[in-house]
Amino acid sequence: MSSSPPVAQRHRTRRRHPGPVRLWHWLNLWFLVVMLMSGLQIFNAHPALYWGSASNFDAPWLEMYAIRDSEGDIRGQTALGPWTFDTTGVLGYSTAGERETVRGFPDWSTLPSYQFLTMGRLWHFFFAWLFAGAGALFVLYALFSGHLKRDLWLSGREWRGLGRDLRDHLRFRFHARSGYNGLQKLSYLGVLLVALPLMVVTGLCMSPTFNAAAPWLLDLFGGRQSARSIHFLVATALVLFFVVHIAMVLLSGPWRQVRDMITGGRRETSAPAQRRPDDERA
Amino acid sequence: MKGRSDDSVAYPTRRRFLKRAALGAATLGLTGCDRLSQNESVVDTLDLAEKLNLRVQRFLAGARGLAPEYPASMIDATFRPNGSTDPQASRYRELAANDFVDWRLTVDGLVETPLSLSLAELRALPARTQITRHDCVEGWSAIGQWRGPVLADLLDRAGVRDEARYVVFHCMDQLGGEDFYYESLDLVEARHPQTILAYSLNDETLPIANGAPLRLRAERQLGYKMAKYLSGITLVTDFDDIGGGKGGYWEDRGYTWYAGI
Repeated sequence: MSSSPPVAQRHRTRRRHPGPVRLWHWLNLWFLVVMLMSGLQIFNAHPALYWGSASNFDAPWLEMYAIRDSEGDIRGQTALGPWTFDTTGVLGYSTAGERETVRGFPDWSTLPSYQFLTMGRLWHFFFAWLFAGAGALFVLYALFSGHLKRDLWLSGREWRGLGRDLRDHLRFRFHARSGYNGLQKLSYLGVLLVALPLMVVTGLCMSPTFNAAAPWLLDLFGGRQSARSIHFLVATALVLFFVVHIAMVLLSGPWRQVRDMITGGRRETSAPAQRRPDDERA
Repeated sequence: MKGRSDDSVAYPTRRRFLKRAALGAATLGLTGCDRLSQNESVVDTLDLAEKLNLRVQRFLAGARGLAPEYPASMIDATFRPNGSTDPQASRYRELAANDFVDWRLTVDGLVETPLSLSLAELRALPARTQITRHDCVEGWSAIGQWRGPVLADLLDRAGVRDEARYVVFHCMDQLGGEDFYYESLDLVEARHPQTILAYSLNDETLPIANGAPLRLRAERQLGYKMAKYLSGITLVTDFDDIGGGKGGYWEDRGYTWYAGI
């Protein structure tokens, strides 16, 4: 038995990215793009956010609108708390098709591109099922396949090393290693176990019938308008994750990264410590 | 061009409306995603989620699960009116000029005893008072206190026949100038304990901007369900022959009939 470990190890190999990870990754990309763009379409129907149960129209914490300046020109404005920014061309006032339009987010970011609330809702509430369904299945897979424990959960050493990881990332110093690093694991866990479930639950809390089913959940988020604000903020966090994610791929051999996420990558020998007892049977 | 004559039909079907609105808007710009939004089979597929949403949400909330109610301290000083705020139809103007003394609410269709009730008669009925949150499809919310008879009591008084499936609400306002507003609920939502016909807002007579003399409150639905300026209620098996056939003013213009989400 002790004479055969090399043979056993050669047989016990796994790809860098397991099939379900790759499938969910690429499906989720499309689900999130549709959810984001149709979500911005819905947001544009009333481009203002509030805290609490109802809308205090005099005190949104975020609002996009247009004004006419002293020159007579229309300017897009974004008010965030006490600050107001001129965001002409992008937020508040932008070119949609060939016409300048008063709208929250610009036409290239919404689904459909033109103002059409009900169509945005149709897209959003159809893809919500795909997004939530695939997400729930993936969490179950990650739990029961060991993906969560093996590839995503941080070891004590990784928790303690997060500060150093962050410093290294900020200096663009990346260490080649077989698995994910601590910071990377934390961001994936945050997306999978915090951000995506929050999107589903805060989304549901905006539905008046769902409020009748689970009023306590609405209370947990501090009311419907708070739930709407949190929905928007977590969506913003997901967009930031997306941007950083793309940047990291570009900085770490984009061709290999994308190829591996499609094909799974070369089969790697798993570490002996992670072998199951029946590995020796080979 | 051939096949274009149907454009003159007064009430477009929902799908045709969506398509036409999309085509109109598409002149402003067209991307790949926009083209998908104009494809009938894509829209029909997206529509499938509406029935799923209705079934799942009904299951979760039950027939009698209550919408949250709020303390009086949370009532908004001014309840933002939406849609029609000052109906110009001559019949409405005449009734309003006389404080709706001559106004009647009719209850007819598939009922044993059709009713015709004056505002005074409605006010004499047992009433429910509720402080609830109004959610507009656009995304904002407002809290107000409503008072009026529970619709289920009125339906029992009229005696709903077995074949009735929906309650259609007829209104006196013409939003957008042409078609009269109307809405519909199924009997589950119509018989919900918080579904009332409100004649009062925040302890005062319902203002014209908010739907005087009588409006629907269906607290588990979005704002567009809650028909204002009511004139009559009709019980029907289906609403195919009413308005554009989709069960409501906004439904005829592409919005989903199920407005619980």
